[in-house]
Amino acid sequence: MILESVKAVTDTLSKVADKHGGSGWIMHHVLDSRELGLEPFGVIHLPQLHLFGLDISITKHIIFMWLAAIIVLLIFSVVARSYKKSLVPKGFTNFWEILIVFVRDEIAKPTIGEGYQKFLPFLLSTFFFILTMNFLGLLPYGNTATSNIAITSTLAVFSFIVIQGSGMKKNGVFGYFKGLVPHGIPIVFLPVLFIVEILGLFTKPFALAVRLFANMTAGHIIIFSLIGLIFVLQTYFVAPVSIAFALFIDLLEILVALIQAYIFTILTSLFIGMAVHQDH
Amino acid sequence: MEYVFLGAGIGAGLTVIGGGLGIGKLAASAMDATGRQPEASGDIRTSMIIAAALIEGISLFGLVICILLALK
Repeated sequence: MILESVKAVTDTLSKVADKHGGSGWIMHHVLDSRELGLEPFGVIHLPQLHLFGLDISITKHIIFMWLAAIIVLLIFSVVARSYKKSLVPKGFTNFWEILIVFVRDEIAKPTIGEGYQKFLPFLLSTFFFILTMNFLGLLPYGNTATSNIAITSTLAVFSFIVIQGSGMKKNGVFGYFKGLVPHGIPIVFLPVLFIVEILGLFTKPFALAVRLFANMTAGHIIIFSLIGLIFVLQTYFVAPVSIAFALFIDLLEILVALIQAYIFTILTSLFIGMAVHQDH
Repeated sequence: MEYVFLGAGIGAGLTVIGGGLGIGKLAASAMDATGRQPEASGDIRTSMIIAAALIEGISLFGLVICILLALK
């Protein structure tokens, strides 16, 4: 059922991207497509692959997701190697240590409490991966991979697996479900509260996925709409105003990219903390 | 007659009103709290950003539905 609704969203969006002119121009830039468009130089058509009837062709968002993964791998292998030489960082490593210590001290330690070290690799990977994907969308010829509902849903599914897995490992499968409802409430309320808590287990990662997707997509639609005003009104005099507004929104987008990566990570670690220490 | 676009537009406007009011109230109480106790301003800022992102998430749910309506 979830797969069908995700497919319905992507089908609707792809139907719109096919018409150029009017809103099609904006949607063409924001949505996924089978070609990498380097505008004045031509387009690169990406290969279409089919496996057992499922369409797994390589699209624009996938290329940028791989690019973000390669960038994160390269940067952090350099950082990890420099920690082997000396525990005191200098230069390049020093910069990334600021962010890593930020994730550890502001995100992992307050929300998970004790035993936070086990979850630190997952939280760090999530934070830097989402941050890199968001930032790649702000560069020229770049594209935001996180403005694809399939990619954010996958990240949310991983969070879901880590949350439930860690909760069940710590408390036992039956004990985890028992610990979902608080003690000391009348028996009458128990079934309703149990159902509400089970539903809450599923809606929280779903909200994570939709929040990241909608924030990234909406920001880019605003930027493209402001610049598209020049073409809609068909006059050059709107250009200074339009570019100034688009620049301001672009700066806001940098802030939103940082904040959305931070929010995804801190909410994931909050849910992990709630699952592991159920009686807090 | 295409009322779908009208519905999408009105829906988006209403969602933004709700989100704007919620985050405005949140920012007002954050300013009050910071004024009362400036040493806690770091914690207050962190909690404010988390709460603002959650409220904005809800408002963007409505926006996504309006976009789906307008694009069909």
